Amino acid sequence: MKLLIKGGRVIDPAGGLDKVSDLLIENGKIVALKKKISNKGAGAIEAKGKVVCPGLVDMHVHLREPGREDEETIETGTRSAAAGGFTSVACMANTTPVIDNQGTVEFIYSQARKTGAVNVYPIGSVTKGLRGEELSEIGELKHSGVVAISDDGEPVRNSEVMRRALEYAKMFDLPIISHCEDKDLSAEGVMNEGYSSTLLGLVGIPREAEEVMVARDISLAHLAGSHIHIAHISTAKSVQLVRQAKAGGIKVTCETAPHYFSLTDEAVRTFDTNTKMNPPLRTAGDVEAIKEGLKDGTIDVIATDHAPHTIVEKEVEYNLAPFGIIGLETALPLVLKAVEEGFLTLTDAIAKMSINPAKILGIGKGTLSVGADADVAIIDLSKERTVRPEEFQSKSRNSPFIGWKLKGVASTTIVGGKIVMKDGKFCP
Amino acid sequence: MQWKRKDLLGLEELTAEEINFILDTAESFKEISLRPIKKVPALRGKTIVNLFFEPSTRTRTSFELAAKRLSADTVSISASTSSVVKGETLKDTARNIEAMKVDIIIMRHSMPGAPHLLAKEVTPSIVNAGDGAHEHPTQGLLDIFTMREKKGKIKGLKVTIVGDIAHSRVARSNIWGLCKLGAQVSVAGPATLIPPEVERMGVKVYHQVEPAIKSADVINVLRIQMERQHRSLFPSIREYSQLFGINRERLKVARPDILIMHPGPINRGVELDPDIADGPYSVILDQVTNGLAIRMAVLYLLAGGKGEAVN
Repeated sequence: MKLLIKGGRVIDPAGGLDKVSDLLIENGKIVALKKKISNKGAGAIEAKGKVVCPGLVDMHVHLREPGREDEETIETGTRSAAAGGFTSVACMANTTPVIDNQGTVEFIYSQARKTGAVNVYPIGSVTKGLRGEELSEIGELKHSGVVAISDDGEPVRNSEVMRRALEYAKMFDLPIISHCEDKDLSAEGVMNEGYSSTLLGLVGIPREAEEVMVARDISLAHLAGSHIHIAHISTAKSVQLVRQAKAGGIKVTCETAPHYFSLTDEAVRTFDTNTKMNPPLRTAGDVEAIKEGLKDGTIDVIATDHAPHTIVEKEVEYNLAPFGIIGLETALPLVLKAVEEGFLTLTDAIAKMSINPAKILGIGKGTLSVGADADVAIIDLSKERTVRPEEFQSKSRNSPFIGWKLKGVASTTIVGGKIVMKDGKFCP
Repeated sequence: MQWKRKDLLGLEELTAEEINFILDTAESFKEISLRPIKKVPALRGKTIVNLFFEPSTRTRTSFELAAKRLSADTVSISASTSSVVKGETLKDTARNIEAMKVDIIIMRHSMPGAPHLLAKEVTPSIVNAGDGAHEHPTQGLLDIFTMREKKGKIKGLKVTIVGDIAHSRVARSNIWGLCKLGAQVSVAGPATLIPPEVERMGVKVYHQVEPAIKSADVINVLRIQMERQHRSLFPSIREYSQLFGINRERLKVARPDILIMHPGPINRGVELDPDIADGPYSVILDQVTNGLAIRMAVLYLLAGGKGEAVN
């Protein structure tokens, strides 16, 4: 099985590469990267005028299987990923049952093998049942193949438990991904606390509900000498805290999601429940700080926090709607918009969506170097499209970007040398 | 002018002209309630549904009487008797009511944005009769109507709202309407009950009553919800009353022609002393009377009335 990608602008941040080249894939690996490759036996893809980059890696998705197959399955979630140019996703542990045992990890791997369009890497829970009380059997989880541990959706409230988790996980080289939220402070809140919440009469979630936990987790990572990865940061102060911690030599990395630099809490004014996610959309000042953090490298990763919910769940009063939006199929064009606005270079943007998360998870993906797995995205930077709910591959439709005209699409997604998506069509 | 909106969801989106138009229309309706036969045929053949997801006596009765005096047919649905208890969604409930070809749905709900959700989904006009802590436009209008009636004009009027601003839809609708008509609005209450950045709505914030009411023309006293003390928003009703209750002593600094208003129901002796509520400054019952005129005007305008049917 050979595949030749011809004449594309190959960008591989890991190798510091950005030039027009041919790329040859054989037996699922990248075997050659040269200006001109002639290979008669290979199927060819013309990539002239397009960007050829490592398949994107999303380290924060909710695939909902097992448990909430009405919202998403591994099959539909990974198709959604492939449609967005992603070739690897790490799925969070808050399924039913929770990914806190070997059986669930093996189920996910097995489902992914049978139905998945892209690589799936399960994330185990920090505590049993996400209850924040007793540690999950992290050793067994590691052995069965989890790439990180996280109670995402819930913070680990108890600082002692978090400390021990950090110390324990370090033995297995597993990062802890922390959902930073002081639940007492966020309480009944449904949106950012500020002028918009005042106008709407909705209960606010102060930025500090996130920031005090970011500060705590940085302190605990320092105490334990372990790697902490802060999920979905959304506030100016959180960026500042991570920046300081990095400067102080603490092993902290962090991610943000496209909506945190594309929207503000003004969007809630419509009462559209697709503007409800946790952490909530913040203010223009926070958006600026997130952009700055992306630019200066404080924010390592752009992840989607893809959180599917059914129309039935979302078409209700704002207070009653669940938190979360889907993101896999809109992330790339939103990031490209950021590139166009100039606060991210294309290379940096790709790095934050491929090699950086791959390194944090230790999954050996996110590069086009010779010998690497042939996970490739071909991106058409100039193609415009309007986001339409009926076109989503995801089982859910909960996106605040519906109706937006966005530029840039993944025209081809290749996983392990096999074309899984081309021009919006899926190849069996 | 001519009324163009399908719904009345809040005062935020109305222009000063639209607000004045409703107030002027209400003026002509007020007299109907003073007649021996309190009924005009303005909305004959129209159907109006009161859809109340939160208990309310005053507002519901007021809307119902307003509709009846305009000869509309009315039905009242309260959450306890509706299909909500059977797990039906708000959207389905509304669709079903719509399918019965009603003209106006008056809705009270404990959650902000609920009437907005409905307005997007169905063709009947929606009147927001209070959505959580968001807006209560007819209350705002009747408060402003009463102030205009007693003081002659709104422009330049100094109005102080005292109490739990954070959780009050009455406060928000008052602030929007009054600021649009050129009043100077202040709010006073414990720091825990003042919502963040409320100054940006154009109001001054006080945490003490005396300086806030010193030069005021009107004090609008809000009802304090007893259950708030359990969420550590204030220590006790006793302390609240001591610090923020409106009583004779505290009113010594106020102007002699001060107006005291309250949206009701009053916690007597807590936010407002009985002798003040029943005293000469109080226009609380005028508010109730005027509420009827405002609601008649609102229903009339939303149903497409042009002014000829009043007599």
